[in-house]
Amino acid sequence: MSDATAALLQVVTLLVALALAYRPLGDYMARVYVDEHHTRIERGLYRVMGVDPDADQRWAVYARSLLAFSFVSVLGLYTLQRLQPRLPLSLGFPGVAPDQAFNTAASFVTNTNWQSYSGESTMGHLTQMSGLAVQNFVSAAVGIAVAVALVRGFRRARTDRVGNFWVDLVRGTLRILLPIAVLATLVLVALGAVQNLSAGIEVTTLTGQSQTITGGPVASQEVIKELGTNGGGFYNVNAAHPFENPTPVSNLVEVFLLLLIPVALTRTFGVLVGDTRQGYAVLAAMGVIWAVLLVGVTALEASHPGTAFGLAGASMEGKETRFGEAASSLFAVSTTGTSAGAVNSFHSSFTAVSGGLLLLNMGLGEVAPGGVGSGLYGMLVLAILAVFVAGLMVGRTPEYLRKKIRAREMKLVALYILTMPVVVLAGTGVSMALPGPRESILNPGPHGLSEVLYAFMSAGNNNGSAFAGLSVDSAWYNTVLGLTMLFVRFVPIVLVLALAGSLAGQQHVPATAGTLPTHRPLFVGMLTGVVVVVAGLTFFPVLALGPLAEGLS
Amino acid sequence: MRTSTPAALRQLGAGLRALLVLTLVVGVAYPLLLTAVAQVVLPDHADGSLVASRDGLVGSELLGQSFTRPVTEDGEPVTDAVGVPVTEPDPAYFQNRPSAAGGGYDPLSSSASNYGPENPDLVALVEERRALVAALDGVDPEQVPPDALLASGSGLDPHISPAYAHLQAARVARERGLAPEQVRRLVDDLTQGRSLGFLGEPRVNVLLLNLALDEQAGTPDEADSE
Amino acid sequence: MTPLHLLASSLPDALRKLDPRTMVRHPVMFVVETGAVLSTVLAVTVPSTFAWSVVAWLWLTVVFANLAEAVAEGRGKAQAATLRRAKTETVARRLREDGSEEQVGAPDLLVGDHVVVEAGQIIPGDGDVVEGIASVDESAITGESAPVIRESGGDRSSVTGGTRVLSDRIVVRITAKPGEGFIDRMIALVEGASRQKTPNEIALDILLASLTVIFLAATVTLQPFAIYSGAEQSLIVLVALLVCLIPTTIGALLSAIGIAGMDRLVQHNVLAMSGRAVEAAGDVDTLLLDKTGTITLGNRQASEFHPVDGVDPRAVASAAQLSSLADETPEGRSIVVLAKRDHGLRERRPGELTHAHFVEFTAQTRMSGVDLDGGRRIRKGAAAAVMKWVRENGGHPTEEVGAIVDAISTAGGTPLVVAEHLDGGPARALGVIGLKDIVKEGMRERFDEMRRMGIRTVMITGDNPLTARAIAEEAGVDDFLAEATPEDKMALIKREQEGGRLVAMTGDGTNDAPALAQADVGVAMNSGTSAAKEAGNMVDLDSNPTKLIEIVGIGKQLLITRGSLTTFSIANDVAKYFAIIPAMFSGVFVGLDTLNVMRLATPQSAILSAVVFNALVIVALIPLALRGVRYRPSSAAAMLRRNLTVYGLGGVVAPFVGIKLLDLLVSRIPGIG
Repeated sequence: MSDATAALLQVVTLLVALALAYRPLGDYMARVYVDEHHTRIERGLYRVMGVDPDADQRWAVYARSLLAFSFVSVLGLYTLQRLQPRLPLSLGFPGVAPDQAFNTAASFVTNTNWQSYSGESTMGHLTQMSGLAVQNFVSAAVGIAVAVALVRGFRRARTDRVGNFWVDLVRGTLRILLPIAVLATLVLVALGAVQNLSAGIEVTTLTGQSQTITGGPVASQEVIKELGTNGGGFYNVNAAHPFENPTPVSNLVEVFLLLLIPVALTRTFGVLVGDTRQGYAVLAAMGVIWAVLLVGVTALEASHPGTAFGLAGASMEGKETRFGEAASSLFAVSTTGTSAGAVNSFHSSFTAVSGGLLLLNMGLGEVAPGGVGSGLYGMLVLAILAVFVAGLMVGRTPEYLRKKIRAREMKLVALYILTMPVVVLAGTGVSMALPGPRESILNPGPHGLSEVLYAFMSAGNNNGSAFAGLSVDSAWYNTVLGLTMLFVRFVPIVLVLALAGSLAGQQHVPATAGTLPTHRPLFVGMLTGVVVVVAGLTFFPVLALGPLAEGLS
Repeated sequence: MRTSTPAALRQLGAGLRALLVLTLVVGVAYPLLLTAVAQVVLPDHADGSLVASRDGLVGSELLGQSFTRPVTEDGEPVTDAVGVPVTEPDPAYFQNRPSAAGGGYDPLSSSASNYGPENPDLVALVEERRALVAALDGVDPEQVPPDALLASGSGLDPHISPAYAHLQAARVARERGLAPEQVRRLVDDLTQGRSLGFLGEPRVNVLLLNLALDEQAGTPDEADSE
Repeated sequence: MTPLHLLASSLPDALRKLDPRTMVRHPVMFVVETGAVLSTVLAVTVPSTFAWSVVAWLWLTVVFANLAEAVAEGRGKAQAATLRRAKTETVARRLREDGSEEQVGAPDLLVGDHVVVEAGQIIPGDGDVVEGIASVDESAITGESAPVIRESGGDRSSVTGGTRVLSDRIVVRITAKPGEGFIDRMIALVEGASRQKTPNEIALDILLASLTVIFLAATVTLQPFAIYSGAEQSLIVLVALLVCLIPTTIGALLSAIGIAGMDRLVQHNVLAMSGRAVEAAGDVDTLLLDKTGTITLGNRQASEFHPVDGVDPRAVASAAQLSSLADETPEGRSIVVLAKRDHGLRERRPGELTHAHFVEFTAQTRMSGVDLDGGRRIRKGAAAAVMKWVRENGGHPTEEVGAIVDAISTAGGTPLVVAEHLDGGPARALGVIGLKDIVKEGMRERFDEMRRMGIRTVMITGDNPLTARAIAEEAGVDDFLAEATPEDKMALIKREQEGGRLVAMTGDGTNDAPALAQADVGVAMNSGTSAAKEAGNMVDLDSNPTKLIEIVGIGKQLLITRGSLTTFSIANDVAKYFAIIPAMFSGVFVGLDTLNVMRLATPQSAILSAVVFNALVIVALIPLALRGVRYRPSSAAAMLRRNLTVYGLGGVVAPFVGIKLLDLLVSRIPGIG
């Protein structure tokens, strides 16, 4: 079988699997968030938490609950890392340094899962499973909750209530993430992933050296890392590690898990707003971007331009033999498009322009198809922007999903689209201007700029993947990137919740022939165009100096 | 809860309790239960697909390892500037890909090189490795396949391409005093195609290959002494 | 004025607007001006042909933007000047309580004062006629030279200050404070003095501001990257890049588009009290249209004669004609016309018939007719009244008449029965005249258009439901409200608004006022009462109820122009990047010259060409901004496809061509090429 055929079949298999899961999971998630009943276990949890699950919250209260939970989470995770040596299963590792512990806490609570640490030599099993992996669940559930709150804004009319954060959080965790994670963990273990509490076994290799076979609850964490588009690997090399991702089949399963919820949420959205075609349209825009980038990256990796790869004859640096270029490209595009940041190959060693495409994929704002929840709300915000311009062009006050896009909504949208680029560019700019942070760069020339840009693009979009040549375990990067992650996660979330509140307060306007249809290919094209143009215009200069300068040299 | 508690504090309290109960569910119960299930159902996989030889555990099927030997000069091990023993590829074994994990294939510090495609260091390394492999295997440098020149992502890649395995077959056969055909056949036997026919790349697990060689013909030392 | 004259005469205003305090109202252009100031300082310190060229064109960019606004305002100023002439100082004859008169200046009038105006005098302020009837020349505000009748009571009682009474004497109760009258508001409106940003404009402004911030970040942070790359840029180049990226095209034209939109309304003789109302017009979902005068011609007309069995149709026509000869109502005239058209009956003058006695229509008898020489009496009128007359004169009403009458009613017509009574015999019904509402020509097409635009049309009529349904079907409206009272109308508006629809309506009477106020777009007829004019948010000076349809179009056009130019503006950036980025960096990274797809001559010429293009495109688009993007009613999807192709795709392509052409010129300048 030719490489191209195999690559194509791989994608087709993935798409078929996603298509099969799309409706059942999307419909199920919609039911989860409108269900009036609480299970017995949930009731118990609410009682312990001391919240009234039947109280519908105003957007500001919803936001306060979310921020309070996240604040406590950062604090808790920080404390857990600092106290690591005094707790069980520490594997003898010391407490994590303050700046790194802050960075990691911010990183996992914001669903970024940027790792300035190396898992196997920093984090004990307890920190991994009861600290980091917990955030893998709940930060994902928070993302879905925000998306659902926004969808409620479209769905509801003349109310100031957008749902109950605690209920959304618990349901997302227990009813959606947990069951899938349990199932997928067993699949991964069957494919060879590790799941134990071993502190490591010393073996003597064939040539007589000693090697430590590490252990840990890897599979259970691996699964939620992909499913929740978190991306923080148990090990330093993430899903390139054979214990996390042992075979090409497990690799496809992991890519499937990455895309599963972001993709199916478009169905949930369609169901909840009462027009599944709207969900298809949003999905189509996401899919087009994903597909174009996938073709681009796969073609570039296969043709491996660049000096070193030209010499070697392939772009296999940083890639595993079992995956090869096609499966690595698929993973790379999917992980940068979902804000997951898990990697099965090292993006820094991709061909230069591929690296640029991966950067751009994040720079689009993580919407192809985006992180769990955040992809949907990100895309909906961009859809509002597209609707605004398109709506004016058809001569009406713009409307989306039967809600008017007025100055108040645009103010929130404008602030949303402004947050990420400004933070990313400012962070990169300052880091490049200061001598200290520049010293962390590994690769000389334009690639060095790409490394710093990638760090901020990744943190600034809560992705978590890296051009890992940059040594980011420094006070500067730990602190600044930590703050970046918190800022770009929670400022947009508050804006989105405000938007939800503003939309929910409106009445529904009737859809007429004069209403811009937002489910047709034309709008999908326009939405895709808006996504690409806004990000393209923002990042073109710096991409020109980084990956383009490197790739066109 | 007292009604006079400020709203912010109440939310923080709820947040803390929520974090704790959810930690119990997904941070303790979930991993431990799954560990238990995995240990019962698939203990071999769950423990890392360990591989044993007659002498005991030799590694994990999933993790690559170094097949090197200490460099000696006048019977004394050579060390580098910081006192670490210098090693060289053991020609009796199939060699893995270059590794950036610690000193090479160290599971305690998995790592990629992160070199960019234009990095002069990488360019130099490619040239250097090509020369070394060509010299070791006595082949034309042009024939050295890419995976022999470029480091893997994990630094623990257990596989090499069939091309690289075949390139090394003659040398390994020579070193072990085996017929090249016999080694080649072994390589072919241990070559995995694409999973399900279209996933990933064809590959050869180096540890299993070397282990099979050892078990087939005794240890290389014994082979040498024959 | 030719366009060039207009540009030239607006230039002083454009320069005045460079005042930063004025500029700050337009955030995008304010950034350009700041950049221009900064560049000027830099050019002074390190002069070069390139630097000064860029500086000059940056300033021109700002001036062009101001010019666009000044030109748009200039057009209004001309109108305002005409209006001001009408507002000459007038002396008012105020009535004291005892009925005597006193002379006061118009500015001293208070609301509630009564003033007397006689032929040849100017009405001193807005008000209602409380006594008398007069013909008034309102050409000062409407431009229409034919005088209009204003009389006390009823729906034609309002008069506007500044208009001239041509005949008779009226007493007017002043309803507006001096300086706040209709003409004052009109002047303020056309001059743009009272212009406030409309909701969509504010939303767009916010978007443009946020894009500006993003591009500012992209440009400012480029310097450290450039320094790292060994290609430090001069600040002038960075300013040039920034100005090219931020949405200057739409930023420069935005306020001109708004002013021009209001102006287009004024040209249609419609005064909008706020820009918000104009935008709302574009959003209208439901259009309430009065049947009479809007959908149908003002009056019903005879369409057919239906004879009863055994009567010659011609005889019916003849009798009908005779009975209508003295009937000067439009209905009566139409009977005579129909008799001539269908039966060749010559119109006879009343005088021709000797001893004929014409019976006028009265509300009591509900009949009119004629008593001819020789004892022949003819009556026509409402079926019940005429049949009663027949019975009273010894006749037997036939069943057949009832059937014909019902049939006409069902079809939406009004039946008039014709009967005659010859001396000595019994009276008998001859036949029935069918009167019909005549739907104005082209209405069905317009309503079809509306439907395609997603606008629901509802006909409002006092007719019974049967009649209303028939006319509604013929005219092609979507729905109708029959036997409508003002309360019904109000309820309908509220019901539509409950469903989230925006409602537009026209009205003129005082009893329309609440509905006009409730409607999202209420267009009051200028001929109407001042209560109606106060309640509505637009006044149609032509008092043409069909105007509503045009108003909707103008509202849409305003939004379309903004949206299209925004798209164009942003699409332009693509080409500018391809001009500027390689120019900035191909010195260090030779490979980046691959991006110089336009093969521009030198880095300087590339940057300068982009800046010049950016400035010239503003001037080039001023006419479009003033005229508005072409608008043809069609579905939203079709409109989007068209505008996206023209302004989106066109916006991407045009600057590639433009910049290349400019580069060919610019590169000939020594020191740049």
